Amino acid sequence: MLLEVKGITKKFGGLTAVDNFSVEIEKGTITGLIGPNGAGKTTVFNLLTGIYPVTSGSIVLDEQEITNNPSHVITQKGLTRTFQNIKLFNNMTVFDNVRIGHHCRGSSNLLGALFRPPSTRREEEEMSERTMSLLADVGLADRKDELASNLSYGMQRKLEIARALASEPKILLLDEPAAGMNPQETKELTQFISNLKDKGLTILLIEHDMKLVMNICKKVVVLDHGAKIAEGVPQEIQNNSAVIEAYLGKGAAKCSQ
Amino acid sequence: MNNIFKNKYLLGALFAGLLVLPFAAGDYLLRVIIVAGIYVILALSLNLVTGYTGQFCLGWAAFYGIGAYTSALLAINLKLSFWIGLPVAGIMAALFGIALGIPTMRLKDIYLAITTLGFGEIIRLILLNWSDLTRGSMGLPGIPAPSIFGISLDNNYFYYYFMLVLVLIVILAMERIIDSRLGRALSAIREDELAAKSMGINTTRYKITAFAVGAFFAGIAGSFHAHYSSFIDPQSFSFSESTIILAMVVLGGMASIKGSVMGAIILTLLPEALRDFSEYRMIVFGLIMMGVMLIRPQGIWGQTKPCTASIRKIMFKAKGGAIKDAVGG
Amino acid sequence: MLLQQIINGLAQGSIYALVGIGFALIFGVLGLVHFAHGEVYMLGAFFGFMLISVFHLGVVPSLLIAISASAIVGILVERLVFKPLRKAPDVAPMVCTLGLSVVLQNIAMLAWGSDTKSLPDVISGTVIPFFSANISISQILIFAISLVLMLVLQYILYRSKLGRGIRATAQNKDAAALMGVNINKVISATFALGSGLGGAAGVLVGLYYNAFYPTMGFMAGLKAFVATVLGGLTSVPGAVLGGLVLGVAENLGAAYISSGYRDLIAFVILILVLLIKPSGFFGRNLQGKV
Repeated sequence: MLLEVKGITKKFGGLTAVDNFSVEIEKGTITGLIGPNGAGKTTVFNLLTGIYPVTSGSIVLDEQEITNNPSHVITQKGLTRTFQNIKLFNNMTVFDNVRIGHHCRGSSNLLGALFRPPSTRREEEEMSERTMSLLADVGLADRKDELASNLSYGMQRKLEIARALASEPKILLLDEPAAGMNPQETKELTQFISNLKDKGLTILLIEHDMKLVMNICKKVVVLDHGAKIAEGVPQEIQNNSAVIEAYLGKGAAKCSQ
Repeated sequence: MNNIFKNKYLLGALFAGLLVLPFAAGDYLLRVIIVAGIYVILALSLNLVTGYTGQFCLGWAAFYGIGAYTSALLAINLKLSFWIGLPVAGIMAALFGIALGIPTMRLKDIYLAITTLGFGEIIRLILLNWSDLTRGSMGLPGIPAPSIFGISLDNNYFYYYFMLVLVLIVILAMERIIDSRLGRALSAIREDELAAKSMGINTTRYKITAFAVGAFFAGIAGSFHAHYSSFIDPQSFSFSESTIILAMVVLGGMASIKGSVMGAIILTLLPEALRDFSEYRMIVFGLIMMGVMLIRPQGIWGQTKPCTASIRKIMFKAKGGAIKDAVGG
Repeated sequence: MLLQQIINGLAQGSIYALVGIGFALIFGVLGLVHFAHGEVYMLGAFFGFMLISVFHLGVVPSLLIAISASAIVGILVERLVFKPLRKAPDVAPMVCTLGLSVVLQNIAMLAWGSDTKSLPDVISGTVIPFFSANISISQILIFAISLVLMLVLQYILYRSKLGRGIRATAQNKDAAALMGVNINKVISATFALGSGLGGAAGVLVGLYYNAFYPTMGFMAGLKAFVATVLGGLTSVPGAVLGGLVLGVAENLGAAYISSGYRDLIAFVILILVLLIKPSGFFGRNLQGKV
């Protein structure tokens, strides 16, 4: 198991946003996290990435405890995420955005910046090379000098994923990567994510596009009102009455039986 | 306009011009230019923190003052040479920069601005009230001029060329920092601190680094000023001074090295040109700050539009009562 | 002794409270700090000074006129600075009002000179004994007028349509607009109220210390802002409580620790609040949504 989430709970005052949520993510798989709006999916992501401290529970990444670690440490340890409302560095170029992703894999600091020893220069070259190769992978190489804010929505999403990949994560958390995409773009994205898995990356993704989820996820976890209500392969989830009820209400669940 | 610096001939001509300047300019103009040089360093140092890293700092004169007093007191009380006082002043200011950075690292925008303003005032008050050390409002007169092997260097030519060297070093250092892993991390923090954290950047550490480096340069400027003017008092490091430095950065353009250099030069030369209207000097500074913000917030040479993610947006996104405080996180 | 310091502190604190309310109102409705608010206070003081010394008006009429004039200045500032910058990044109104405060301070210096002015014997110097201390007439004036002004504000905020509009806008601007609240009018009114109170505070403080000088707004504005932060930035009752607490703390500190470092106390409080409980007394306890 690459990622073990053990009973994490998050309470905001009187409100329980995430209730005793557990899941085990196998290495090299794609897992989907779905649920109706407000179910707490992004909150789970925020707990996994150290943006919120957990009220209780623990998170173990590759046998290392990462519960309540600061976000940047979690990224260094190999867990990177993208955001629901794309958070790119708007005033920086496409190239620089992806290059920033590499930050945690480098080490030169003030002295390196000022004096530029060979080790620093080598590191910079390597970073540039890796950045270019990632940009080529997502098809943004020809736009590398444009400002991130000038890109179209679909391209910005790709850029954000490229940036996340630049941090060389063991597991990638994608928060609604297909949001706002047309069917063609979604198809490309689905293929892209699948390719990432083939290269050995583990992926956990939040999505509302059921076609995408059922297509590439090995396992699907369903969240409702902060609690896990179902877990299994896509086929099982599609026919699970609790899931249908959560999305469509009691009447629909009855219909499906 | 960046091409000017890449065009070797223009650059060469500029450099040659700077080298012979003292012989062409009169004594008065030379003094003005030396002062402009001090402000170039101050503006660049503030720009690193406020422009590049996006940490709004309103008490910058404090580091200038700390550098000045450190160097002056070392020279007067311990008879230490300027050549030791200069770097020590920078280090002292950097330590205070770290001291300011640590408790304020979680603060943003307005909270940070007011706290740094408060810090600036605290330093001024201490300089004013700790008379045993600083002679309070009477100031420190008779700060010795730099000397080497016993020969006094107390003439404008030395000051000018030394200032030129300092300015070039600071500009070079800034350029190198900006175009490095460190500099990109600082820009990322400015653009979106949460995203920066999520990309593995230890924002706390980098913010403190920015404060330390910026304060170091400001302290160096302070030391130079102390020995050049031979007299300092707490009044020279008041909030007005911080405002002037900020006006230079704002006018020139945040996150632009050329902007800070030009902003400092313009706002030092302009009041001199309008010497007859010196009572209006601060009014003009204020109007420039207002004008720049109303017309072109990124300043003359600034490229980046300061990001619009703001407290206002955060405050008015009331969804089920969950809004992020401007402080913390 | 202790009681006297507390009384003095409450008087000074009421001044901070009045100015702090202005910050709280403006921040609550716009989410921005008005760096020139201290200068509105200073202008109010000078309006009062002129009305009393040049036009020989009584204290109360001068106060009322100064409040109105300050309110108008507030609306002007809103129109000239804040309105054009509504869509601009946060830095812009901050730097702009900073510039404005410099401009206003220096215009005041040119208009009235930078020396400290005082009024001949406007308020009698009689003091009334109160247990082991004395309360001066000017202190009574401050308490009375502050109370009246706060009650008037309370009435406006909670019993008038305008007040409901202000409170609604402070909670959720978009929803308020959808409910038919005239946001522009609300914002102007907020500035008018805040600036009017600030101007009143200026007149009161000028009379209290009998000192009017162009840079009086700087420190007072800063400290009033600390009071507002202490109260919770967006809370009006918080600003009042914060102001009173600050005033008392300052006086006690100056009396028992050191008077030279008096001004430091406000900043120490600021740093402590921001480190320990940034939401202050009554600030909203807010969590993030990513």
